[in-house]
Amino acid sequence: MQTTAETTQEHGAIAVEQAHGHGDHPDHRLFGMGVFLFAEAMIFLGLFAAYLTFRSVAEVWPPAGTPERELLLPGINTIILISSSFVMNRGNQAIKQDDVKGMQFWFGLTAALGAIFLAGQGYEYYTNTFGLTDNLFTSTFYVLTGFHGLHVMFGLSLILLVLLRSRTPGHYSSTSHFGIEASELYWHFVDVVWIVLFLILYIL
Amino acid sequence: MSVSTLEPTQTPQPPQPKHPERHWKDFFGFSTDHKVIAIQYFVVSFVFYLIAGAMATSIRVELATPDADFLGYENYNGVLTLHGTMMIFLWIVPAGAAFANYLIPLMIGAKDMAFPVLNGLAFWLVPPGGALLLLSLLAETPPSAGWTSYPPLSLMTGQVGQMMWILAVLLLGTSSILGGVNFVTTILKMRIKEMGLYDMPLFCWAMLATSMLILISTPVLAGALILLSFDLLAGTAFFNPTGGGDPIVYQHMFWFYSHPAVYIMILPVFGLISDILPVHARKPIFGYKAIAYSSLAIAFLGNIVWAHHMFTSGTPGWLRMFFMAATMVIAVPTGIKIFSWVATIWGGKLRLNSAMLFAIGFVSMFLVGGLSGVMVASVPFDIHVHDTYFIVAHFHYVLFGGSVFGIYAGIYHWYPKMVGRMLDETWGKVHFALTFVGFNLCFFPMHILGLQGMPRRVVQYDPAFADINRICTIGSIILAVSTLPFLFNAVYCWFWGEKALPNPWNALTLEWQTSSPPIIENFEEEPVLWSGPYDYGIDSEPEEDTRSVADLLAEVKAEM
Amino acid sequence: MNDSESRGLVVRPVAELTSNYMERAKLSPAISISAAGVAITVISLWYGQNHGWLPEAASQNAPLVDGLFNLMMTISVWLFLAIQGAIVLAIIKFRKQPGDETDGPPIEGNLSLELVWTAIPVVIVMVLAVYSFDVYQQMGGLDPMASHDHTRIAKVSSGSAIAGSLDGDQGLPHGQNVALGIGANPASEGMDADVTIDVMGLQYAWLFTYPGNVMAGELHIPAGRDVELNIQAQDVLHAFWVPQFRLKQDAIPGRMSKLRFRPETPGTYPIVCAELCGAFHGAMRSTVIVDTPEDYDVWYQTQIASAIDGDANDSRVATAVGMTGLSDADRMALHPHAPAIDAAAIAAITPMAHHHHD
Ligand code: HEA
Ligand code: HEA
Ligand code: CUA
Ligand SMILES: [Cu+2]
Repeated sequence: MQTTAETTQEHGAIAVEQAHGHGDHPDHRLFGMGVFLFAEAMIFLGLFAAYLTFRSVAEVWPPAGTPERELLLPGINTIILISSSFVMNRGNQAIKQDDVKGMQFWFGLTAALGAIFLAGQGYEYYTNTFGLTDNLFTSTFYVLTGFHGLHVMFGLSLILLVLLRSRTPGHYSSTSHFGIEASELYWHFVDVVWIVLFLILYIL
Repeated sequence: MSVSTLEPTQTPQPPQPKHPERHWKDFFGFSTDHKVIAIQYFVVSFVFYLIAGAMATSIRVELATPDADFLGYENYNGVLTLHGTMMIFLWIVPAGAAFANYLIPLMIGAKDMAFPVLNGLAFWLVPPGGALLLLSLLAETPPSAGWTSYPPLSLMTGQVGQMMWILAVLLLGTSSILGGVNFVTTILKMRIKEMGLYDMPLFCWAMLATSMLILISTPVLAGALILLSFDLLAGTAFFNPTGGGDPIVYQHMFWFYSHPAVYIMILPVFGLISDILPVHARKPIFGYKAIAYSSLAIAFLGNIVWAHHMFTSGTPGWLRMFFMAATMVIAVPTGIKIFSWVATIWGGKLRLNSAMLFAIGFVSMFLVGGLSGVMVASVPFDIHVHDTYFIVAHFHYVLFGGSVFGIYAGIYHWYPKMVGRMLDETWGKVHFALTFVGFNLCFFPMHILGLQGMPRRVVQYDPAFADINRICTIGSIILAVSTLPFLFNAVYCWFWGEKALPNPWNALTLEWQTSSPPIIENFEEEPVLWSGPYDYGIDSEPEEDTRSVADLLAEVKAEM
Repeated sequence: MNDSESRGLVVRPVAELTSNYMERAKLSPAISISAAGVAITVISLWYGQNHGWLPEAASQNAPLVDGLFNLMMTISVWLFLAIQGAIVLAIIKFRKQPGDETDGPPIEGNLSLELVWTAIPVVIVMVLAVYSFDVYQQMGGLDPMASHDHTRIAKVSSGSAIAGSLDGDQGLPHGQNVALGIGANPASEGMDADVTIDVMGLQYAWLFTYPGNVMAGELHIPAGRDVELNIQAQDVLHAFWVPQFRLKQDAIPGRMSKLRFRPETPGTYPIVCAELCGAFHGAMRSTVIVDTPEDYDVWYQTQIASAIDGDANDSRVATAVGMTGLSDADRMALHPHAPAIDAAAIAAITPMAHHHHD
């Protein structure tokens, strides 16, 4: 998702700019980020709606010939991703106490969990016995999980960026930590999308 | 949102000793100044308008005769597709963004947009998107499934061209979303502290509604185009019946965006009109709150009527009835606007300059398009006229008679502010007269064509329709010619026009309280809200000259 | 002020009117407004019936649609004249006088006026919606058989419908997942139509298949009888439109849509493809011939007869259809001038043949 990448770099750029600019400018970046995530949510909503329509019009679903899907691995993956959200929140709390080390620890852990999730997803793709073009179900399966996976990757890079920046002493503090809040908001978003996705693709 | 969410008081800063100067090179690079970006939007979208208009003219020349003898079968659909796509995604939508960029910060007394860099970025997605679209015309087969690009046809007309079309629309959609984020945040968060929501000029209300539509609907188009590109390139079959997919799902997703999109294209213009009429009628806007709320009502309703574009395709009967009723209801909030505008000019002291002529022309031409809109909302009737020239007439009345007339009105009104020079009135009136005549000559007869049986998107048609088509073509030539006086006027006056005072129209909104053109961060110091946006006639003593506003302002300040 | 209350209600002697200048100034707007109102109403009522913009009405439902359109025209002309009239009048009456730099009166709104112009459109819209609903119902649009989204009955064949090939069995989608469109009108709901015809849209021709495997490039139907079309598309979207019937229905690959109606006036009318379907979309036209029932029977019997020994026509249909299987580029190479007309023409002069799929 190029869009997101650009936006958030953008936020970074503003952060830099405003650091030297008018310092007392109220910060609207989190609000803007929320608005943007709303738009992002609409893309997913559109794709989910398309999936559910295909599903409801079809006589048999998934279409005949679709292999059984394994639930164990994605189930574990789901738990990993959900727990990472809680882990990440600890990091945010740490920085509010000016505890940069703590923040780094919790964010590092989040990044690791995110990476495991991606690896699990990759493994699932690799071992799946069905391909992108087999039928309507498999196509939507790959497009939805793949599109979500891109978002996870992007969220992961945000976290890594935060970790990188936090090496500069004083970059984040209890009073200035937009990057941390933004990446956390984003990560929660990715998490919530996954929950819906998991429900409609695997469980329903 | 209430006044309490306004930004905290800023400590009045001592006037900065030196202002950074505007350099002409700023306009040719990446700028973060909302005024520069706005002008970039204006110029770029206008260039694309000329290109898309030239395509329209060639379409009309082709249709002057019943045979495919000018563009031919090979090129017609490509030109048609690009005409529609460019007019919408590269002209009306970015022109709306241009006004929003220019006016929002000035109208609410802010120094810039909430996210200036993001703003520059949103603009810079437009030129590559436009270039991609233009280049697609050179592909072996250009995109030729219409601006709607319905599959399966769009999957069969040539991969490269169609993919370029998809990428271009994705880029332009992204630009529009980023713009929307900025507009919402700026309007809600950056007003000067005295300005409550109900003190905002109505353009800001309109942009609030527009941005909400952009944020809700544009992403769904992106979703549809992502799926379409998988079908096109990767061999999936989301919309391809051969593989079990469903082309109707694409139509739903497409119109879930593209119906709201028509309000994305008209709501900003509604806002412009609400801000232009009172100034030149010297009378307050009639029914401020009703107009403000009706924008929100239109935005809301706009989201639940999309399937009225699909009355003859695969939608169940009861659903058609729902979409019909919901669509018709939009006549109510829109009617409120129309009636309020008429009431605004009624009893005023109308200065019939070019801005006012185009604004009034907007009201009367949009009315025609709106009335035919309600007709086609009726399912039994739409079954007859769907995909005919009746529809072509409808949407050019709302898009050209509406959006384009309104944009011209806006340009005539704010040009002095943007450029610092006045446009020439005589050329403006010539422009208006030619546009008005050419437009009606070109598009009114199309209603009859459609009713009589001429389908749209055809390069060759029943010779029985040749006469009416010739009238339309003559109208379109007048319309094309009408652009020339405007172009000449705009370019000439940019350099040699009469210098504009800060407030040449004696208007009350904040953008007129700073110099023309405004300085880099807009206001010398934070402006004072000394009257409502439309408080005309309250102090009905004759004003001697334009400085009286400034004097008043100074007085008010002295008292504080 | 008693006088002014009865303004416009009492017709006064002219002398009295002219005797008092003030009175006359107050009265004349009231009179002229009511006069204008009457004039606008008369004009719109007349024009709504006499616009002459619609083509001949040749089906049972067409007059219903026309009645609806005429009402909408009446309302639109009324609104148009009233609003444009107000605008033009404002431009004339309220233009700034030279030298007058003052503002107009500070009127910011008027609640009762605003309520009126909200309520009137509400009423109009309700009337139009109910009327449209009624017409749609009478046309058969709400027949559950035709308007409900049935779930998929059979799978679409996995052949290359997209490639537009008619070879073998693959081309035609066998199953239909959804049947949509216009069904039986309430009077004949649940009854079978008198004639049922399969319609296939393909780039760029219409093929009509009658019971008994009679295949034609033109549509013959009997006047005054219920006709049901089962419309399908072979490659891309098309739309079956007969302007004189006021009926249009998309032909959707992978779905079957129904169009049921009753032609009334014998005659020959165009069938127009109304959905962009490729380079020669504009040339995808055919003809519908509404015969008297007797003529129709005669025609149909001849078709059946020649269908039995009409193998000669097979090749011609095949040519027509074969044309349709070509890509646009191929077709353009073959016929640089008006290729699609050729394709349609061949189809048209080949009114019948065996269904070449049996
Ligand atoms: C700026 C763009 C714009 C705007 C504002 C509108 C406004 C409206 N449109 Fe239009 N429309 C298009 C652009 C627009 N449209 C385009 C581009 C297409 C074709 C797309 C394509 O297929 O390529 C289209 C197609 C289209 C269709 C599909 C037709 C078809 O393909 O078969 C329909 C059907 O319902 C429709 C309805 C309406 C209605 C009800 C309104 C209403 O919003 C109008 C409301 C306004 C008024 C009614 C006038 C003022 C009101 C009064 C004075 C009050 C009193 C009036 C009454 C009670 C009637 N439009
Ligand atoms: C805002 C939107 C907008 C605008 C302003 C216009 C403007 C015009 N449109 Fe367009 N039109 C659409 C949006 C718009 N259109 C859409 C969405 C479609 C549907 C597409 C589809 O079906 O997919 C459509 C379809 C459409 C058709 C239907 C074609 C068909 O169905 O086969 C026709 C036919 O007459 C037409 C004509 C015109 C004309 C004559 C103008 C005129 O107003 C244009 C006026 C001309 C100019 C302003 C150019 C003037 C300049 C020069 C000639 C000089 C050139 C110089 C330089 C380049 C330097 N348009
Ligand atoms: Cu078939 Cu158009
Ligand atoms: Cu619409």
